[in-house]
Amino acid sequence: MSLADKTAAELVALQAAGGASAAEVADAFLAAVRDREPKLRAFVSVDEAEVKRQAATVDAKRRAGQPLGRLAGVPVAVKDVLCTRGVRTTCSSKILDNFVPPYDAHVVERLKAEDAVILGKTNMDEFAMGSSTENSALQTTRNPWDTDRIPGGSSGGSAACVAGRQAPVSLGTDTGGSIRQPAALCGVVGVKPTYGRVSRYGLVAFASSLDQIGPFARDVTDAALLLEAVAGHDRRDSTSVDRPVPVYTRTVNDPVAGLRIGVPKEFFGEGLDPEVETAVRAALKEYEKRGATLVDVSLPHSPYALAAYYIVAPAEASSNLARFDGMHYGHRTKQKADLIGTYSKSRGEGFGKEVQRRIMIGTYVLSSGYKDAYYVKALKVRRLVKKDYDEAFERCDVVMGPTTPTAAFRIGEKSDDPLAMYLSDVYTVSCNLAGIPGMSIPCGFTAGGLPIGLQLLAPPFEEEKMFRIARMYESVTDWHTRRPGV
Amino acid sequence: MAETYKIVIGLEVHVQLLTKTKLFCGCRNKFGLPPNSATCPVCLGLPGSLPVMNREAFRLALKAALALNCRIASHPGHPPGFTKWDRKNYYYPDLPKNYQISQYDLPFSHDGWLEINVARDPKKEFTPKRIGIIRAHLEEDAGKNTHDESGRGGDTRVDLNRTGTPLLEIVSHPDLNTPEEAITYLEEVRLMLRELGVSDCEMQEGSLRCDANVNIHVPQPDGTHHETPLVEIKNLNSFRAVGRAIKYEAERQYEEFRKDTRGEYRFGKWLKETRGWDDTRGQTEGQRHKEEAADYRYFPDPDLVPVVVSQEQIAAVKAEMGELPQQQRSRLVGQYGLTAYDAGVLTAKGRRTVAYFEAVAAAVGDGKTAANRMSDLIFPALSDRREEIDAFPVPPAGFADFLKKTGPLSKQDRVHLLGHMLDHGADVDRAMEATGIKPQTFDEGTLRAKVAEAVAANPKAVADFKKGKDAAKMSIVGAVMKANRGVPNDVVRRLVDEELAKA
Ligand SMILES: [Zn+2]
Repeated sequence: MSLADKTAAELVALQAAGGASAAEVADAFLAAVRDREPKLRAFVSVDEAEVKRQAATVDAKRRAGQPLGRLAGVPVAVKDVLCTRGVRTTCSSKILDNFVPPYDAHVVERLKAEDAVILGKTNMDEFAMGSSTENSALQTTRNPWDTDRIPGGSSGGSAACVAGRQAPVSLGTDTGGSIRQPAALCGVVGVKPTYGRVSRYGLVAFASSLDQIGPFARDVTDAALLLEAVAGHDRRDSTSVDRPVPVYTRTVNDPVAGLRIGVPKEFFGEGLDPEVETAVRAALKEYEKRGATLVDVSLPHSPYALAAYYIVAPAEASSNLARFDGMHYGHRTKQKADLIGTYSKSRGEGFGKEVQRRIMIGTYVLSSGYKDAYYVKALKVRRLVKKDYDEAFERCDVVMGPTTPTAAFRIGEKSDDPLAMYLSDVYTVSCNLAGIPGMSIPCGFTAGGLPIGLQLLAPPFEEEKMFRIARMYESVTDWHTRRPGV
Repeated sequence: MAETYKIVIGLEVHVQLLTKTKLFCGCRNKFGLPPNSATCPVCLGLPGSLPVMNREAFRLALKAALALNCRIASHPGHPPGFTKWDRKNYYYPDLPKNYQISQYDLPFSHDGWLEINVARDPKKEFTPKRIGIIRAHLEEDAGKNTHDESGRGGDTRVDLNRTGTPLLEIVSHPDLNTPEEAITYLEEVRLMLRELGVSDCEMQEGSLRCDANVNIHVPQPDGTHHETPLVEIKNLNSFRAVGRAIKYEAERQYEEFRKDTRGEYRFGKWLKETRGWDDTRGQTEGQRHKEEAADYRYFPDPDLVPVVVSQEQIAAVKAEMGELPQQQRSRLVGQYGLTAYDAGVLTAKGRRTVAYFEAVAAAVGDGKTAANRMSDLIFPALSDRREEIDAFPVPPAGFADFLKKTGPLSKQDRVHLLGHMLDHGADVDRAMEATGIKPQTFDEGTLRAKVAEAVAANPKAVADFKKGKDAAKMSIVGAVMKANRGVPNDVVRRLVDEELAKA
């Protein structure tokens, strides 16, 4: 078994025991990247020399007997929406193709503080807007289980590189499902933490009130390990919450006694692929076998969640992305124009179609005369969605259902139909609107061999319990141990 | 006389707050630094950066709002003290994020008032007038564009040092009715904010900026009035410019109104117009790039959490506020028997001058004399010496001593003596020794004879006096004082009065 087949927890233990050096680990993953990158195109940048330098530093610290962080020598891939000091951060957009941030995102600082090795930056839908990673202006990432298919999005690169064993773990961001959906489609674990659990400092904002950073991993323990490393309060993000971070890995193997699982009928309606439904229902059976009780719950406003999401998120995006105007940094048009012309040409050339579409939607829903009918009403729906969850969690510990309505679709299949594309987030957006934590874990495969994800949703700041519940299932199944053919 | 029209003025004042750092980042808040040296990822709006509210800025703003008698975030449907940040979206190169963090529908303060003294004859009459404050809210300042004005089409340069500076916007009701009132209001705002340490209010440096909304009401025979369209005047660079611009604009609007035969030039029929004041030409001009009705697409800033101001916070800020100018004026009148005018002059000079005055008044036991002598002697000396009161070499006790010992002297002699004290660092006794100027012993009978002589020698002055010319009397007093150095001025005046009565 290659070093690149090991999990992060295994790599930490192995290095601590002297079984491998950080340099050897880094070399193994760099080899895996070189081997599979021509097929997967998960990374937008990998600086091999820099990766080796970081690994050598960890080895030197270890040799000198210095204390090491909890991710010592573990390569971590980072979505290219997270700022890395001195390393180009593109958001997979032409408008930022020459942007080199002078600072690290908080989570990148945290990774470095824990002696992780930043392996590279991963591909994504431009500015995290999309569900297939096809909206990247740079390249098309492929699903390791079937390279004719999309890996999901927007964190498609971060999902694909973990599934394709190019990286043991990675970080993504989730605004409406951008971690959980690609995790489901690539057969890995993906976690969207509670809003405020992880600092957004250095995350290039898409929709600030919805964005959260979270881990991808091949198993629940690794996801817990990565989250405990990056979570916590940061004074630079006013919305980050000052609350202690539990050591998730310490309790992850403790089952939850008397577990009550809420099953919302709204997650099993029209549009759900029968193969996905079968796999999810089988997973619920498995929980029952382990002593859990299934409780019927209702999330009556969830049919409106998608609509509210596609108002709130573009509204915030239209303002967040206003700064990309070619004036102070980023792409500026070469055409001669006056001020307004320079703005519109720079932005017209720099942004892709989907980003432009969402900026237009967002501008429209905030415009005077329309704001009350759209933006203000969407905020009301958002409050109701949150209330639905509050009420559901009075009757259960966790809500479960499918992460996505279908398994991975073919590249190009939905490119011309934005509405069909938006529907692939139908089960994931309400979690962001409510600000609660959620995750996706592998729960089976379609007949065609494509992974299926089970979604777990928990009350705010109950990631610790959510990990334990996820692990209860994972510990009696082997879906997460299967590897794609790529 | 019925007035031809009434001017209606509302002012929007922006003041920069005296914080060490900017509103949402740790950059220095200081005027005059090299361009773009006080910047960081947050105020440059770099992707991934996030704002964090400066609590000191909020505290200063709260202080100003309470001094303006504002209610603090009292919004129906929201908890008491609840206020939030909103984004005002518009594109301009001096605004790196292309939105300004401001406050929209739930400003942290609103519904206040400021009392100003409106005077027809400022020497005598004072009528307090309350100017309503619609709202005062906090926002971040934009940067500064420097356009090439050589006409050679050079690049516009942008300095982002100012970007993110805390700015308090104070919007008045249209309660001001003359250019003088507008200036008085601005002076009162400036004095109060300086005294509170909220802002240095330097218009030259842009730490106080003002836009004026002006229109006129023209009375009609039936008792109603016509209102002209509202004009916002920008580019006002001094208080004097504010006064001139309002006067010009009122006259211009009246002309427009008179020329308009079809009843089109009316409030409500025109969009609000923005005009710029040209100080050199002395006129307002329509802005060349007429802004379209702007839609700022305000929405709550999701990067910042709402603020809830507690009663304790309000009480704490109130406790450290101290005496406000208008309170101080009434106290000076009540406690020292000063005229409203004199109290106003002292208050306008600031708290430290008032403290000096109060020390002198206590030592000499006469506030009126202390105030008059400070006006006669200290204020001119300070302006000659370009000095602040703290640096004045004669402390209050020394000045009180000076007043006690120079009571009988003429003003001229006192000026001379004080001048010597200042030039030589001497006390009043040494100054008298050196200059020889000191109160003379005198015999009232002898002095009365001299006065009688002077009256007899000036028949023309006597005749003028009888005709009611008061100045004629002073010429006789002057002549006696000149011929008899060191005799007490007040005694001479009394004797002149008595002798003239006999003449
Ligand atoms: Zn700054």
